Amino acid sequence: MSAAEGQDAVPRPAAGGAAAMVLDGIAAIGRGVIGVTRDLGAVTLFAAEAVSHLVRPPFYGRILLRHFIEIAYFSLPVVALTAVFTGMVLALQSYTGFARFNAEGAVANVVVLSITRELGPVLAGLMVAGRIGAAFAAEIGTMRVTDQIDALTTLSTNPMKYLVAPRLLAASIALPLLVVVADILGVMGGWLIGSVRLGFASQSYLSATFNFLQFADVLSGLVKAAAFGFVIALMGCWCGYHSRGGAQGVGGATTTAVVASSILILAFDYVLTELFFAR
Amino acid sequence: MSQPKIRLSGLTKSFGEKRVLDGIDLDMTAGRSMVILGGSGSGKSVTLKCMLGLLVPDAGMVEIDGRDVLKMPRREREALNDRIGMLFQNGALFDSLPVWENVCFKLLAQKRITRAAARDKAAEVLAQVGLAASVGDLSPAELSGGMQKRVGLARAIASEPEILFFDEPTTGLDPIMGAVIDGLIRDCVQRLGATAVSITHDMASARRIGDEAAMLHKGRIVWTGPAAELGHTGNAMVDQFARGEREGPIQMELRR
Ligand SMILES: Nc1ncnc2c1ncn2[C@@H]1O[C@H](COP(=O)(O)OP(=O)(O)O)[C@@H](O)[C@H]1O
Ligand SMILES: [Mg+2]
Repeated sequence: MSAAEGQDAVPRPAAGGAAAMVLDGIAAIGRGVIGVTRDLGAVTLFAAEAVSHLVRPPFYGRILLRHFIEIAYFSLPVVALTAVFTGMVLALQSYTGFARFNAEGAVANVVVLSITRELGPVLAGLMVAGRIGAAFAAEIGTMRVTDQIDALTTLSTNPMKYLVAPRLLAASIALPLLVVVADILGVMGGWLIGSVRLGFASQSYLSATFNFLQFADVLSGLVKAAAFGFVIALMGCWCGYHSRGGAQGVGGATTTAVVASSILILAFDYVLTELFFAR
Repeated sequence: MSQPKIRLSGLTKSFGEKRVLDGIDLDMTAGRSMVILGGSGSGKSVTLKCMLGLLVPDAGMVEIDGRDVLKMPRREREALNDRIGMLFQNGALFDSLPVWENVCFKLLAQKRITRAAARDKAAEVLAQVGLAASVGDLSPAELSGGMQKRVGLARAIASEPEILFFDEPTTGLDPIMGAVIDGLIRDCVQRLGATAVSITHDMASARRIGDEAAMLHKGRIVWTGPAAELGHTGNAMVDQFARGEREGPIQMELRR
């Protein structure tokens, strides 16, 4: 996804001096906007086509399962570690912060709400973006530059259906499951610090955790996770699919996939939070 | 004269400023083997990709059995692709799959065969290209260049297509292995009775595989004739190319 692709869209001004520099600047912004708009449109069409393949046979169950295991199972360690440490830090930080206005009792609530609504999905998403977004972009990019994607077409197989659709679905299912694990471990991390380090009674910390927790808190996090999973797989596939220029092109596609999906995760997080909780 | 199996007319394709194909006209007769010659970067692969529908030409027609494939609805186009086999320049084997799944990929994709039967079928097709059944369990990355070409050939012929495309089948192989692959290609094409189109810049290979030959230069077909005549065709460009001489009507362009 490069804004530079729009370069031919705006002619360069011929005038000299300061005016030309200003015009150049405006033209550059214009090119950027045109490029981004075009990329957004292209990604949307790409996603729509891939999703349309999910409801039309043939279905590739075996491949779906393979990607699911790759994402869900093999991301478990990194997501688990991230969640535990986040829960621990969160308990410590909110305790020292809230002690200033005698609100230490809110630590358990703060931990569980932050984890389930926000940090569980976002951090799991960012971790998986690093692992899976990069892997998808590299795999599909390599297939593109070695003609394997063309080979699929000549072997009566639609590459969108075979390569992209199962990855999108697998990531959208796997991420919520990872986030369930992250939620549990994050709360456990907070509870560990709360009871061992901060002097809460273990039982009352846990009951404080669950007393105020609502199903909607957890559910919103899981919906976010599904959206993030989709975005990660989409960016990985899209960047890989459109990579060209040998090993260097594939490397660039991998970087772009990780950066773009990380930014999109944070942007989508904001939008979804508005949708869920702004009243 | 009867209708050609494949007819290219006025095929034009540019990438940006660069005009790679500049009006290709070429007929390929059913059941015959055509070789298209041309220097590196002359657009041979692009021509094949246009025939396969992998690239859309800017202008011109690709007719197969008298029908313009560029205007076909998608479903028909896919059905047509089912009858075409292609060996890619670098093999393009799927490195996430073992060799036997590569070989039977199309049959499995179309559910013409069960996974259990595919192993036996793969062994049978691998035998046709001179490979042992045990190769089927290897991953493509474990194979030498010559073996990858053979597996690519096996994958192309496994579905018994009526049209076969070969993109530089012998490039990057030693001369003996090149001759072996050429022999395999000849055998396979004859056994299937297929129409074959090969592209190459290797003269010995062209004479071995081809019935007819065509020379691609600067985006156009500059000569067609029997492959056996290559080297003494009377066409200065073809003869220069066939003999690999530096002096002649073809000037190497280092930049364009
Ligand atoms: N997808 C593409 N985008 C841009 N340029 C391309 C593309 N495919 C081929 N070309 C250019 O077209 C020319 C012919 O390529 P090709 O057909 O692969 O040559 P060859 O005859 O060696 O097979 C080359 O100069 C190449 O750079
Ligand atoms: Mg080529």
